[in-house]
Amino acid sequence: MTLDTVKRAEETPEERQPYAELGMKTDEYERVREILGRRPTSSELAIYSVMWSEHCSYKSSKVHLRQFGTKAPVSEALLVGMGENAGVVDVGDGWAATFKIESHNHPSYVEPHQGAATGVGGIVRDIMSMGARPIAVMDALRFGAADAPDTRRVLPGVVEGISHYGNCLGLPNIGGEVVFDPCYIGNPLVNALCVGLLRKDQIKLATAPGPGNKVVLFGALTGPDGIGGASVLASATFEDESHAKRPSVQVGDPFMEKLLIECCLELYQADVVVGIQDLGAAGVSCATTELAAKGTGGMDVRLDLVPLRDPSLRPEEILMSESQERMMAVVTPDDIDAFMAICAKWDIPATVIGEVTDSGRLVMTWHGETIVDIPPGTAADEGPVYERPFHEPAGQAALNADDPARLDRPADLRATLLRLLGSPNLASKEWVTSQYDRYVRGNTVLAQPADAGVLRISEAMPGAEETTRGIALATDGNGRYARLDPYAGAQLALAEAYRNVAVTGAKPLAVTNCLNFGSPEDPEVMWQFAEAVRGLADACKTLGVPVTGGNVSFYNQTGTTAIHPTPVVGVLGVIDDVAARVPSGFTGEGDRVVLLGETEQEFGGSEWAHVVHGHLGGLPPVARLESERDLALVLTEAASRGLLTGSHDLSDGGLAIALAEACLSRGVGCTVSLTGDDAFVDLFSESSARALVTVRPESFDAFAELCAAHEVPCYGLGTTGGASLTVEGVLEIPVAELRETHEATLPGIFG
Amino acid sequence: MSAARVGVVTFPGTLDDQDAARAVRHAGGEAVPLWHADPDLKGVDAVFLPGGFSYGDYLRCGAISRFAPLMEELIPAARAGLPVLGTCNGFQILCEAHLLPGALMRNAGLHYICRDQGIRVESTTTPWTSAFTEGQEIVLPIKHGEGRYVADQATLEALEAGGQVVFRYVGGNPNGSLNDIAGIRNEAGNIVGLMPHPEHAVEDLTGAPSTDGRGFFTSILKKLVNA
Repeated sequence: MTLDTVKRAEETPEERQPYAELGMKTDEYERVREILGRRPTSSELAIYSVMWSEHCSYKSSKVHLRQFGTKAPVSEALLVGMGENAGVVDVGDGWAATFKIESHNHPSYVEPHQGAATGVGGIVRDIMSMGARPIAVMDALRFGAADAPDTRRVLPGVVEGISHYGNCLGLPNIGGEVVFDPCYIGNPLVNALCVGLLRKDQIKLATAPGPGNKVVLFGALTGPDGIGGASVLASATFEDESHAKRPSVQVGDPFMEKLLIECCLELYQADVVVGIQDLGAAGVSCATTELAAKGTGGMDVRLDLVPLRDPSLRPEEILMSESQERMMAVVTPDDIDAFMAICAKWDIPATVIGEVTDSGRLVMTWHGETIVDIPPGTAADEGPVYERPFHEPAGQAALNADDPARLDRPADLRATLLRLLGSPNLASKEWVTSQYDRYVRGNTVLAQPADAGVLRISEAMPGAEETTRGIALATDGNGRYARLDPYAGAQLALAEAYRNVAVTGAKPLAVTNCLNFGSPEDPEVMWQFAEAVRGLADACKTLGVPVTGGNVSFYNQTGTTAIHPTPVVGVLGVIDDVAARVPSGFTGEGDRVVLLGETEQEFGGSEWAHVVHGHLGGLPPVARLESERDLALVLTEAASRGLLTGSHDLSDGGLAIALAEACLSRGVGCTVSLTGDDAFVDLFSESSARALVTVRPESFDAFAELCAAHEVPCYGLGTTGGASLTVEGVLEIPVAELRETHEATLPGIFG
Repeated sequence: MSAARVGVVTFPGTLDDQDAARAVRHAGGEAVPLWHADPDLKGVDAVFLPGGFSYGDYLRCGAISRFAPLMEELIPAARAGLPVLGTCNGFQILCEAHLLPGALMRNAGLHYICRDQGIRVESTTTPWTSAFTEGQEIVLPIKHGEGRYVADQATLEALEAGGQVVFRYVGGNPNGSLNDIAGIRNEAGNIVGLMPHPEHAVEDLTGAPSTDGRGFFTSILKKLVNA
């Protein structure tokens, strides 16, 4: 086997290189040659091909994502914005929260258990690399139709993967979503979110400053995981077939990750880390180029020092390996012994593989021979940028013209409510969430099925300063709304997550997003993407919550059939006194049931149209962002004044489902009357900017006054109590019947 | 008088150590961290083996932990009467160390289960359960994939006859445990193991919708203070 050194590359300029097999376009390859003034070595080609991939470079999305910066609202809370491993937000009393959501869609289809597990692992390391202790995870999941045979393969595997990895790590899983739609068959979405806490003055960044500082690779050994591309390279260059049949999905070891978390926290506490980066997609290539590009600018690495699980790995494969549970740190020579001692305490292998330089070059050697010599910024930051063409999809106007007003209205509203409540998207997700540990670490204040997860901050890190504060987190996204109107759909996703945070009493502060779309090379998909990003950026501006980071997942399609555009939006909020959080649903008898917000006839993309008619057409509900903001102000102020005994947002399935879920929360019924003249619209319309709250009778006047002051419409519907959901003159359903219907569906399908 | 000192053991992969220490503190005791690699019990008055996935649960839950240097000290001390409580993975470790009889196998439903579970207190004669009344029904979270208690027929009969079954599941057996067993004690009564998590049920604000776990900690502290 010949080692493709820089010297050899200079001597053999005409050697054919398998750049196309690595997913590089000819002009991209030519650009690499131009940058280097010669052909790249096979190791350099490995680095550029992964760093310039869609996944790492955001080459198709970049021009649109810039709006998250240019339109960003002024926010005093934002400490670290987009471009780092995760955004960081000031949550008060010297504390900061860092959070991010990321997709692991394609691996989860190929190998559901490991794909989903390593999705959790990856996002947790992003949070760790900011200097934080990860404190919770949540997952936004999309599957094909619940009863489709392949969903029975994919869903249990995904849930087990998340369950096994997250539970072993000791991170509570506090929320998320499970949504079924035939459009996700063959392209399930697994979006994993992690949140961490750190002291405001202890933020770590991915940077390698200071010539002479040591570069340490620590964590798991490097093996042949996820290097399909590198195998192409190795076999094409070296005509060696033995490496060609390796699995392309990585395998996770949550035990190692748990040790890494504790080890990193001790390293941070000892203050022996100058810069740190996790190894995710593109592994060593990404970590070395990014650390070097953001630091003094140069780095020498002895690639042969990388500790291997498989000693036969070639340098190209080491560069591209996506072995899990690895981190890279930059450490001063003075601190290196202390660093190594802490790693040894946690049984974490750690190896110095290089040194920071001021050469402006990333130089890698393999047993003394130079195999990489590049300006690191050209790989990390100066990848190609595409202005891909886009246009409105051919059938979009017809789709929007297909108004659900033409659909037959139900004669029996009771039966309709039960049918919706038992439909897979609205049914209890207990089958899934009971496989997740929601209690570990003892700071979980609210978890699923609450509207948002809420965590106590104070005891998140032992020995840390006391605070009464807590954080709230929710993710939402409705692919049907976005299919009908991606601009509004993205705004509605944000609005719902924002509302879900506010109903707990927390003030929404910042946004993360995971943008799941089909192929960017399809101008119609690209239009959906451009519209969704524009909508989200505009809505963030109106609501005053900046995007702190996120992830784009393209190519979620089979053949030419793409998934519904699915922007999933995560919102993080802060609550000043976490003991004042408001539980979801009805909590006691004799409370006034109050509906906040206006109800219009809005059934486009609704759960009713989907379940009863299999219909998708018309326009989604109007995104009423000013109303959302006012509603959130009322909810947070009412919570802090202790006016609310329970609250729940209105979304899929409208008031009917919100009432049913509120009853199911603690088995407390209610008797209510509808305020409009059309019971069907009152019960099932999905107008946004609405919430259902309960107040004690003696607090009602004060609460109504608060609503009036913020011009939030407020309707007293009735009173909690009894063992039935009673809508006077319309329907009466015993809570036990609601429960049976709600809880039977998923166990009936998945066992 | 200084507070009673309860050791809380951390193995690599232990997860509920912070919760256990908090529960001890809330009850008025001092939580003393004990490190798996350090064969030193630091003179504690009792030991809590918390849940988690020690050593990744590789090989078999608790199978590696029983050989930890700390266990070389703990096993003889427990045999000599030191009060020891093992929850979840801690229970598994106590079984692997032969401090308690039987074993914990994969749940009957083959899934990990996290839920708030009804439990009946069958024995109040242990240092960890004296604050309860016999037959009292409490709610504690369970969260495990391998909690199905099994033992041979003779052992089961001896456990039942000797009053060594301390907790039983009520309102449905979540994992297929024989005789609905949720927790047991050794013959002497100083060592108790159970799958449910009392340390997650001690505060109103967080954890399970009950504070029934407090009884474990008030029991042991009362015993230690009176000793």
